[in-house]
Amino acid sequence: MSPVLSGVLQLTALVAALALVYRPLGDYMARVYSSEKHLRAEKLIYRTIGADPDAEMRWPAYLRGILAFSAASLLFLYLLQRIQGVLPKSLSLGFHAISPDQAFNTAASFVANTNWQSYSGEQAMGHAVQTLGLAVQNFVSAAVGMAVAVALVRGFARSRTGDLGNFWADLVRGTVRILIPISVIGAIVLVACGAIQNFAGIHEIGQLTGGGQQVNGGAVASQEVIKELGTNGGGYFNANSAHPFENPSAFTNLFEMFLILVIPFALTRTFGKLVGNVKQGYAILATMGVIWLTFTALMMWTEYAHHGPALQAAGGAMEGKETRFGVGASAIFATTTTLTSTGAVDSFHSSFTGLGGGITLLSMMLGEIAPGGVGSGLYGMLVMAIIAVFIAGLMVGRTPEYLGKKIGTREIKLAACYILITPTLVLGFTALSMALATPPHSILNTAGNSVDGSGAHGFSEVLYAFTSGANNNGSAMAGLNANTQWYNTTIGLAMLLGRFLPMVFVLALAGSLAEQKPVPETAGTLRTEKPLFAGLLVGAILIITGLTYFPALALGPMAEGLS
Amino acid sequence: MNNSVRSTARIAGAGLRALLVLTVICGVIYPLVVTGIAQVAFHDKANGSEIKVDGKSVGSEQLGQTYVLDKKDKDGNPLPDPKFFQPRPSAAGPNTENTQYQLLVSGASNLAADSKVLLETVKQRRADVAEFNGVSPSSVPVDALTASASGIDPDISPEYARLQADRVAKANSLPADKVRKLVDDHTDGRQLGFMGEEHVNVLKLNIDLQKLAKQG
Repeated sequence: MSPVLSGVLQLTALVAALALVYRPLGDYMARVYSSEKHLRAEKLIYRTIGADPDAEMRWPAYLRGILAFSAASLLFLYLLQRIQGVLPKSLSLGFHAISPDQAFNTAASFVANTNWQSYSGEQAMGHAVQTLGLAVQNFVSAAVGMAVAVALVRGFARSRTGDLGNFWADLVRGTVRILIPISVIGAIVLVACGAIQNFAGIHEIGQLTGGGQQVNGGAVASQEVIKELGTNGGGYFNANSAHPFENPSAFTNLFEMFLILVIPFALTRTFGKLVGNVKQGYAILATMGVIWLTFTALMMWTEYAHHGPALQAAGGAMEGKETRFGVGASAIFATTTTLTSTGAVDSFHSSFTGLGGGITLLSMMLGEIAPGGVGSGLYGMLVMAIIAVFIAGLMVGRTPEYLGKKIGTREIKLAACYILITPTLVLGFTALSMALATPPHSILNTAGNSVDGSGAHGFSEVLYAFTSGANNNGSAMAGLNANTQWYNTTIGLAMLLGRFLPMVFVLALAGSLAEQKPVPETAGTLRTEKPLFAGLLVGAILIITGLTYFPALALGPMAEGLS
Repeated sequence: MNNSVRSTARIAGAGLRALLVLTVICGVIYPLVVTGIAQVAFHDKANGSEIKVDGKSVGSEQLGQTYVLDKKDKDGNPLPDPKFFQPRPSAAGPNTENTQYQLLVSGASNLAADSKVLLETVKQRRADVAEFNGVSPSSVPVDALTASASGIDPDISPEYARLQADRVAKANSLPADKVRKLVDDHTDGRQLGFMGEEHVNVLKLNIDLQKLAKQG
C-alpha cells in the first residue's frame, strides 16, 4: 500500500467514525442542555456553589457568571504555579516556582482554552500544577465554551424573553455529563495502547548499552484525553502528542484526532435539535466539513510533495515528524488541530513545507470555526452565518433573517464587532513585535539562516504566535523563543481578550435574539438549510478571512512557499 | 453602590466555590479513578512499558535511546556504536530548568524547510550515514536524515533498518542473512493494515540482536 493511499484511508476511517457517533452524541448533548432534572451529584455541587440551577439568567448575568468563574480560575492557576517551589516534593517533583510573566501567560492560556505553552512540560510543571491546575482548566474552559454556544442557540430558539438559561447548570452539566464520561473511557483506551498513567516521581530507567534515562511519571493519559476532547491542546510533555507516552501508536493518533473533532461536529446536531430543525444543523455541518476536508486534502498534497530545499535534499517531509505516524497522518493532525482551536501537535509545524505552514496559519485565521473549538466553533460559525445572511439580504434588498429572527442593526453590529476582535489583536501585536527592537531576537529561522535570505519564515513564526494566541489555538511554530517577558505578556493578553471579548458580543447577540418575536417564514425567506446557503457561507468565511489577512500571509508563508 | 458591591462579591464567591468543587471532581477524583483502573488493568503500560533483560531494566519500549561508544568525534558528539542498529537523529536538548535532574527532554529542531542549517545538516547526515554503513549516499532513506518530532522516536523505517543490517552483522560477526531475517521479524506493519507507517522498534530489535550475538 502506498503512503498516500494509507493517508486517504485513515482520513476515510476518521470521517466514518465521526459520522457514526454524530447523531447519538448530538442528540444526547441536546438532552443534557434541555433536561429539567438534576442528578443527585449535581444538586450537591449547586449547593456548594450556592446557586439555584433553575434560575433563568439574562445575558448580563450569564456573562457575569462566566467572568467570575474565569477570574477565579486565572487567579488560582497563577498562584498554584507561583507556589510550586514550596509544595512538597511528591506534588512538585522538586521543580521551582514559575516566574511571574510565564505563570501569567500559562494561566491565561489554559483559562482561555488556548493552551499556548512557553514552558516545556517535563522540566517545569510538577504533578500539582499539571493535574490539579492545568487538567482542570482543560475540562472547565471547554465547558464554558459549550455553555456560551448553548446560550446563543437558546437565543435563536426562544422568543419574547431575554432568558438564556443558567450558567452554573450549563457549566456543571457540560463537565459532569459530557466531558468526564467520555474522558474516562478515552483515557483507559489510551493507557491500553501504551500511554502512561501514574504518580511516580522522576525516576531512572536503564539503557541497553548501560547508564540510564531520567523520565517523568504523571497522570498523562487522563490529561491527554481531555486535552483533545476539550480542544485544549496543552501537552504534558514538550513534544506534545508526538511524545510516545502521550500518543503511542498510529491508532491512538487517529483516536486523538477523533476526540478533537467529535464534540465540535456533533454540536451542529445539538444546535439543529434545539432550534427544532436538524436540517439547519446539517447546513452548518456541511460548511464545516467542506472546509476541513479541503484544507486537509491540500495539506496532504503539499506535505507529500515536500517542496523546500532542505526537504528536497532529504527526500521527504519527515523533519519534525514521527516514524509511526508518517507524513499522511501528521498532515491530517495538523489541519485538524489548527481548524479546531486545539493546538496539540503530533508533528512540528515549523518544519512543514512553506505552504503547509501557511495552511496551518490560514486554518486558525478562519476564526476556529471549521469545526472550531468545543462550543466556540459553533458560536463562531453562527456569527458567520449571520454575516452571510446579511450579505445575501443586501443582494436582494430584503431585511435578512436567520432561523426566524430578524438580523437588524443591533445584531449585525454585534456580529461585526465579534469578527473584528481577533484580526485586530493578531495584526496589531505582530506589527508591534516586528517594529520593536528586541522581540525579533526570539526568531530562530532568521533571514540569515534561510536559503534565499528572505527570512519569510521568521516573520511567519511571529505571525503564527499571535494568530494562535488570539484565536485560542495554542499550537506554535516553535522556532520562536516565546518565553520572554514581551511574548509572555502580549500573547497572554491576546489569549484573554481573544477568548472573552467575543463571548461578550455573542451573549449580547443571544440576548437580543431571544427578545425578538419570530418572523413567519414566507416564500421570500432565504432557505438557510439548503446547500446554496452552505456554499454562500463558505464563500463569506473565505472572503472575510482572505481580505483581512492576505497582506500578512503574503509576507510570510506565501513568500516562503513560492520562492 | 453597596448593593452592587455586595452582588459582585456574591457572584465572585460563587465563581470561586464552583472552581474549587470542579477542581476536586476533575483534578482529584477523575485522575485517581483513571489511575486506579489503569494500574490494575494495564500495570506495565501505565508505568512506561519498561523492558527488562535478565532482571535489569534496559529502557522503555516507547522511548528511543542512544547506542554510542565512549569515543567522541571532533565536535564532541559521541560516535555511534557499529554493533547496534542506530535510531533516527534527535534534536531534543538537555534539560535547562530544574537542573538537579538530567531529564529526558523531548522536542524537535523546528528548523524550516528553507533553512540553510537544516539543508547542510541533511547533506552531512547523508554522507555520514552512507559512510558509517558502507552504502551509497542515494540509498539512505528520509527518516535517517531528519530529526523526529519527539526527539525520542522509538522507531525507524524498515528501509533504514535493512540498510544497517550488513554493517551490524559484520560488527557482531554474525551471518548477514540472520540479521536481515531479524529485521524482517521486527518489522511492524501498519495497524489494521492502513494506519500509520511500517516501522521497526529499535530497542526491541537491538535486544534480540544482542541475544543472537551472545549465542554466536
